[in-house]
Amino acid sequence: MAVIKVGIADSNICKAPDSITTLGLGSCVGLTLYDESNKVAGMVHVMLPSSEVARKGDFKKAKFADTGVPELVDMLIKAGANRSRLKAKMAGGAQMFSFEGKMDTLSIGARNVEACKAELMKLRIPLIAEDTGGNYGRTIELFSQTGILEIRAVSKPAKQI
Amino acid sequence: MNDLKDMDAFHLDVLREISNIGAGNAATALSTLLQKKVDMKVSRVIPMQFNEITEYVGGAENIVATVFSRIDGDISGNMLFVIGEDNAKGLVDDLTGKTGDGQLSDLALSVLQEIGNILAGSYLTALADFTGFELQTNVPSLAIDMAGAMLSFGLMEIGRSGDWAIMIDAEIHTEEETGTDDIAADTEKNKGENMDKGGKGKSGHIFLLPDPESFEKIFIALGVHRYGSN
Repeated sequence: MAVIKVGIADSNICKAPDSITTLGLGSCVGLTLYDESNKVAGMVHVMLPSSEVARKGDFKKAKFADTGVPELVDMLIKAGANRSRLKAKMAGGAQMFSFEGKMDTLSIGARNVEACKAELMKLRIPLIAEDTGGNYGRTIELFSQTGILEIRAVSKPAKQI
Repeated sequence: MNDLKDMDAFHLDVLREISNIGAGNAATALSTLLQKKVDMKVSRVIPMQFNEITEYVGGAENIVATVFSRIDGDISGNMLFVIGEDNAKGLVDDLTGKTGDGQLSDLALSVLQEIGNILAGSYLTALADFTGFELQTNVPSLAIDMAGAMLSFGLMEIGRSGDWAIMIDAEIHTEEETGTDDIAADTEKNKGENMDKGGKGKSGHIFLLPDPESFEKIFIALGVHRYGSN
């Protein structure tokens, strides 16, 4: 069983029996999509809500919620997933530092979470579980055999959703 | 400069000098506070991709204490004082003259935040004097958590425009004692030259991450924007 790693502003997919993970999510959101029938899973590590802020034409799609989520859907379909069976889970979107909320009406973490939800709604993909917000970092791992998303944080017991 | 990763060696040297001046002032301030000798290493200035930055501090899951300040004014950017958990405890013990029980109490946390506050303030004062900039910071905020979770927040502004950041890293350390290790010492992921292992005393890093537009302004202020390959 291999563990596929996803970096910041990156995405990837895996098939059973492998798992897919991203480490140290703070205000970023780790969004996963899973097709239970084909046991194909994908993960994107979203850093910012909208690609409108991208100052260059050429950017990594996985960095933004509005481009990263559709790209992940395409990757999964190419890998044999059934689009109508995709179900989403996500974690992250924390506020790591106390002043963050003052810089904007909503902290970037909360905005990332909202943008991911809006994108899922647009793509008509159900969000079946989430572990978002708070003020702590998270490492997440999705097991493609079961679709279970495990969340690990410093000095907190591991959690499965 | 079209891309941060294409910055030439001359301009990287200018940034290194700025960091040396800032960190020198910060080390002096910490030394006064601790009544101990505080040294600094020659700063490192390295263009790197986001994922490399988390590796640089010992991996995304390495637990560190970070005091984060947002800089605004004539230039903008983020400043982070990053110190490994054990080093942070040691530093607090040095300052309070007590030996902690291995836990960071509320008092210890505010001491740590104050150290970060003083370091950032003295670094920026030197930077402002040197460049003639008006600079302000918010009240710094402290968190102890996974390095990736905190550094990625520091990279957010840079992330809007590209996938590269210029890491301006100043390392300061207190002398004496059979010190604990550097923030990255206990991870094998660390590639060795990035972070010094071992050594004596407690060491921490001051990272300056200017927003992309700020580099040009720094070089103009110092009269070196036309120098070199551009």
